[in-house]
Amino acid sequence: MAKNFLTAENFAKLESVIEAHKDMQGPLMPVLHEAQHIFGAIPMAVQKVISEKLNVPLAEIYGVVTFYSQFTLEPKGDFLISVCLGTACYVKGSQKLIDKVTELTGVSVGTTSADGKFSLEATRCIGACGLAPVMTVNDDVYGRLVVDDVPGIIAKYQG
Amino acid sequence: MDFYRAHVLVCGGTGCTSSGSLTIEEMFNTALKARGLEKEVKVVRTGCFGLCEAGPICIVYPEGSFYSHVKMADVERIVEEHLLKGRIVKDLLYVDHANEARDITTSISEVNFYKKQKRVALKNCGVINPEVIEEYIAFDGYQALGKVLTEMTPQDVIDVIKKSGLRGRGGGGFPTGLKWEFASKSEGDIKYVACNADEGDPGAFMDRSVLEGDPHAVIEAMAIAAYAIGAKKGYVYIRAEYPIAVKRLGIAIAQAKEMGLLGTDIFGTGFEFDLEIRLGAGAFVCGEETALIASIEGERGMPRPKPPFPAVKGIFGKPTIINNVETYAVIAQIILNGADWFTSMGTERSPGTKVFALGGKINNTGLVEIPMGTTLREVIYDIGGGIPGGKEFKAVQTGGPSGGCITKQHLDTPIDFDNLTAIGSMMGSGGMIVVDEDNCMVDFARFFLDFTVDESCGKCVPCREGTKRMLEILEKITSGKGTLEDLDTLEQLAYSIKDSALCGLGQTAPNPVLSTLRYFRDEYVAHVVDKKCPAGVCQDLLQIVIGDGCIGCTACARVCPVGAITGEVKGQHVIDQSKCIKCGACIPKCPKKVIYKQ
Amino acid sequence: MKSLAELAKIREEALKRVDLRTDRKGTRIVVGMATCGISAGARPVLTALLDEAQKRGLKEVEITQTGCIGVCRLEPIVEVYSEGQEKVTYVEMTEEKARRVIAEHIVNGNVVTEYTIGAADK
Repeated sequence: MAKNFLTAENFAKLESVIEAHKDMQGPLMPVLHEAQHIFGAIPMAVQKVISEKLNVPLAEIYGVVTFYSQFTLEPKGDFLISVCLGTACYVKGSQKLIDKVTELTGVSVGTTSADGKFSLEATRCIGACGLAPVMTVNDDVYGRLVVDDVPGIIAKYQG
Repeated sequence: MDFYRAHVLVCGGTGCTSSGSLTIEEMFNTALKARGLEKEVKVVRTGCFGLCEAGPICIVYPEGSFYSHVKMADVERIVEEHLLKGRIVKDLLYVDHANEARDITTSISEVNFYKKQKRVALKNCGVINPEVIEEYIAFDGYQALGKVLTEMTPQDVIDVIKKSGLRGRGGGGFPTGLKWEFASKSEGDIKYVACNADEGDPGAFMDRSVLEGDPHAVIEAMAIAAYAIGAKKGYVYIRAEYPIAVKRLGIAIAQAKEMGLLGTDIFGTGFEFDLEIRLGAGAFVCGEETALIASIEGERGMPRPKPPFPAVKGIFGKPTIINNVETYAVIAQIILNGADWFTSMGTERSPGTKVFALGGKINNTGLVEIPMGTTLREVIYDIGGGIPGGKEFKAVQTGGPSGGCITKQHLDTPIDFDNLTAIGSMMGSGGMIVVDEDNCMVDFARFFLDFTVDESCGKCVPCREGTKRMLEILEKITSGKGTLEDLDTLEQLAYSIKDSALCGLGQTAPNPVLSTLRYFRDEYVAHVVDKKCPAGVCQDLLQIVIGDGCIGCTACARVCPVGAITGEVKGQHVIDQSKCIKCGACIPKCPKKVIYKQ
Repeated sequence: MKSLAELAKIREEALKRVDLRTDRKGTRIVVGMATCGISAGARPVLTALLDEAQKRGLKEVEITQTGCIGVCRLEPIVEVYSEGQEKVTYVEMTEEKARRVIAEHIVNGNVVTEYTIGAADK
């Protein structure tokens, strides 16, 4: 990925976030959430800053970052395609949607395309079970899908 | 304060929002303004109505007209016809699947889906605007907190909750009153109240709906709990995957603080309570209470051995009570209406109501709240409207990855904590997924195991290694390489994990396998002995064949991507099984419909 | 929040807003709002009813619209349904008349006979 997200501006934001959370009990999780939001990922360089400012060992921070699926070490693509694999969607055939997305974009679950355009993830229940099976692309929700709907949706973002 | 002649309630729950209800809401406002009706008709965004299948949903009061699947083009008509001219737009009204005659129902209370329901935890969902604290107060909000602080001692509160027989709605079914009593008796200057809103069970979304539709009910109940055990601080641990719920809860907390319903000297009684939101970060195991505590403290969300229980040593080592969202949602009503009111609903050992998220192969997907003791048949057929497409009911799965399957023979079992456990499933958080003849139970068990393997935190060996081995065996079976011995190994492994895992996640992980083995052993046997998948789901076990009646039109051979179909023009075609990749592309092409899976 | 009384006051105020959505008994005022009614001036009548009810903080009253009541020549028509009483039909309504109906009929319980359909037919 060519984009530079480790900008001085972002680090300045991080510092003020850490400052605001410093005195609360158990500040690590809230700070990591903010860091993920600011940078789009929590790479080593960011973890080091958090470690120093919060006085928490780097190993511990790395442990926490890699434990939770919401935190990532590398940024996601421009378009994050999430296909719901909650039970309600699964029994209505969402696995087939994932296969189709992979076929069309060449991105397999949990990875990002080489040009940084698409990331694909199989997500846990997003709670829109009434629309099963569901997939989202960034903030756009597509529900009651059949496999044949997928090419049209992907095409919208490939443009 | 303005007086309106009509209210348009637009559902702003996640289900309806995903199908575009916020745009609908905006269009209502625009359309009303264009006709100068904005002073007469008010548009209110509410929480989930529960019938997500029919979304986006709008209800027009005072008639209570229930419009479903509202499209952008329909808004103009509803405004023009109903709100301007007073004629209900009949063809946009909800049609009841459960009703054979397909009668058009004009009012929400007549819909079958709601008739057998008893809304307690969901009382305000779909009725009030969750972002306006005054609306909650109008429906008796914060009255219970006032009563508790001014008229009752902490022990009185605990006694009422104990007497009500309320059991934790998060899955375990532990008596809530007892939990509070333990925490109140624990020594400690600092204590905490926590709300477990880390609803990770795939297919369950009742907690989210409560937080989206009635966040103040949870805040009020947590304050009551804090008073009962002597805490001053509370945490709501909520999944980051629920952005709308997080936002509404944040708004609600801010409003409560502004009104002095959170903070110091509440109701002038000297009682103080403050609430903080903590976000989960996508780890299912954090729904386990000790893992939740670890996560709030800023560690990897791994469970800790119990005892000590959180009531003795919880968040930051202090006595803590952790209750589920739905449990909190009924507390204020128990205080106001009394323990007897609560025990008058439900069964003797499981009083009250329970919310279920109905999903899968069922006509009315959505959120239902029923008195305990209602039978599964009533839920699935009367409320849920039965199975779509006239398919055969096979099983209903409750309790998510920790639960099991319930089959046809148990459809008349009254639902409560003990009955469900007795038939090999569990209440769980309330996900209810219906599966029909087209679902393979072995594959279904594999799906849940896949989930637990992925979500196992890795702390204890039985869960980390054991569930992985179970998944491998299941994959072996679904790919047609299983043996009868594998079934025994699977069962043995399941019981060892159940007995030896550290936390609830591991102990219950084998349940989906055990219950499918118990009720659908024949399907497992079909996979390992006959090498067939009766439901036609497991790709490796399928064969696509061309039966008698082939007219040799060559349509199938032309679409086959791998050239596996051969045959003379106007002669019988055959599929070379060694080449076939089972994509199924040929099946719909056959004009005589003689190509099928077996 | 310093007292229960304060909470009660907020509740009282808020109740007026959400009233339509509760199952409650009381009086229902219906304004005929089909094309004929609207063209005869039913809308200002309705607005006046709403405004007056709000000013007086009436809670047990629901004001709503309906389709054509059927006597188009007497529009705008307002009907009042009270529990346990016979329906009262007011005809050829205006804003002033509407305000008087609220004041005398709804608040004080005296039917304004001179505006009713019986009076108009004479």
